[in-house]
Amino acid sequence: MTYAVRSAVVRFGDTLALDDVTLLVEPGSVVAVVGGDGAGKTTLLRSLVGEVQLERGQVDAPPPEAIGYLPATAGSWLSLTVAQNMDFVGGIYGLSGRDLASRRDELLGRAALLDSVDRLSSQLSGGMRRKLGFCMAMLHDPPLLVLDEPSTGVDPVSRVDLWRLVSEAAAAGAAVVMSTTYLDEAERAANLLALDRGRMLAGGTLQDVLDSFAGAIARTATPQRRGWAWRRGREFHEYWPTTAELPPDAVAVIPDLEDVVIAESLLRGHDSELAS
Amino acid sequence: MTSSGAAAARPTVLLRADRVSRRFGAFTAVDDVSMRVGPGEVVGLLGANGAGKTTLIRMLLGLISTTLGDVELLGGPPDLERRRSLGYVPQGLGLYRDLTVRENLAFSSQAYGTTPPDLPEALRPVAGRLVAELPLGLQRQLAFLAALAHGPEVLVLDEPTSGVDALARAALWDTIHEQAEKGVGVLVTTHNMAEAEQCDRLLLMSAARLVAQGSEADIIGATTAVAVRTSDWARAFAVLNEAGQPVMLAGRDVRVADSDADQVRSVLAAAGLTAEVVGVPATIEERMMVLARAPLAP
Repeated sequence: MTYAVRSAVVRFGDTLALDDVTLLVEPGSVVAVVGGDGAGKTTLLRSLVGEVQLERGQVDAPPPEAIGYLPATAGSWLSLTVAQNMDFVGGIYGLSGRDLASRRDELLGRAALLDSVDRLSSQLSGGMRRKLGFCMAMLHDPPLLVLDEPSTGVDPVSRVDLWRLVSEAAAAGAAVVMSTTYLDEAERAANLLALDRGRMLAGGTLQDVLDSFAGAIARTATPQRRGWAWRRGREFHEYWPTTAELPPDAVAVIPDLEDVVIAESLLRGHDSELAS
Repeated sequence: MTSSGAAAARPTVLLRADRVSRRFGAFTAVDDVSMRVGPGEVVGLLGANGAGKTTLIRMLLGLISTTLGDVELLGGPPDLERRRSLGYVPQGLGLYRDLTVRENLAFSSQAYGTTPPDLPEALRPVAGRLVAELPLGLQRQLAFLAALAHGPEVLVLDEPTSGVDALARAALWDTIHEQAEKGVGVLVTTHNMAEAEQCDRLLLMSAARLVAQGSEADIIGATTAVAVRTSDWARAFAVLNEAGQPVMLAGRDVRVADSDADQVRSVLAAAGLTAEVVGVPATIEERMMVLARAPLAP
């Protein structure tokens, strides 16, 4: 079945945290929810796992015991060892004895954490700790895996390990949704959902997102409208509403995801920090 | 030469490490690294956690001593006087969270003996707000402003864009490039490989050593990857993963780093899978993965 949050509206006091957001997660695939601090990624994932009440909209999710959830802030108990963390979570899901030991060792092995079973979570590097959190979320082999920023602050090499674990889970049939601030990770997922201040900026496959972008992007050393241009190395990319409006000497480029997300953010009336 | 001299006296190398090593007990954190940053250059320092980036930066800033080799800031030892010409934004931003935006700027300006800078448009409405209440993107903008207010000649930025959205990231890179165009030398670390393109030159550290430097193309070198297009990515992934290939998901396709197309084809064929298999240039991330698997490979 498809797990989903449909047309969700969530309000915290005066703040509209989610404004008509839809997220679909299919079994055997990875969906990436991408956005910065305050975009609504955590609220959306917490809505899916039932930790946030919607004002409007609908959630289709399995019961809690069929969900593996890695929260953004924690994921493991710092004063417990790697093995203790796994055993504690296993106990909650009713795993014990040989079943627990074999599942635990298999997961820790795949995460390259078997040599660290007796280390306290507090002594692990950031990347190792996020991998431990992933293993804990995966321990009971849930059909839906919800990972809130598993890779933020994790270095590129450990991030590759994490992605392999995520991919293995999806290849084995799990529905996986993960949030990230990295656009290249969103490109790697089967589907992506870009959020900006609680609203959907773009969604679908990478190709869908690129194809549905209506504007044109020019490459230039001297942008004509500074508030609509951003740096790509020593040059600028500048947004124009249509190809016909490109200045005669402009060099049109094929927009990538970064161009599209920046241009759509500008179009949604972001206070243009670029102009200052 | 003093760092407070006129622009005419500016040295041609702003930051320099000459065969620098640093040991902590039996552990070598930085091993025989030489590098430099010149005026107007944006140099990216890449590497996994534990590769030695932060230790190298701390030596360049004079915060810790070298075990072997020399470092120079603005043509001399990184002493207090030369550090006046340095702007540093640490990963934790170095702001006082329980002071307001205006108070933070007043404090940092006083420390450098300058007047507080004018607020850019984005920060004006929040001038009286506590830093702790601001979104991360604005906090980062403020940290930049505080680090730039005294007109530094060298800027050292430790993961300046971590956690912010694409637009805020673009605004921060605008600021970095504007500084470089004024002649400021910039050393910047990032975990976001997409930002490699924002740098004029890259330094790649792995296991305490500088293993590659130059442009993105120089770093990737001859490393290749294999792209696999198939209607059943899950099986292709599982089969290649099982065979010990460093396989990665790429949308609805998979990629294998540091492998050759024939090898991948034979693994897939043995499992009865048909797929379109093409050799492609590696990404910088894949190059780092290859280095991490064999850190001393040339």
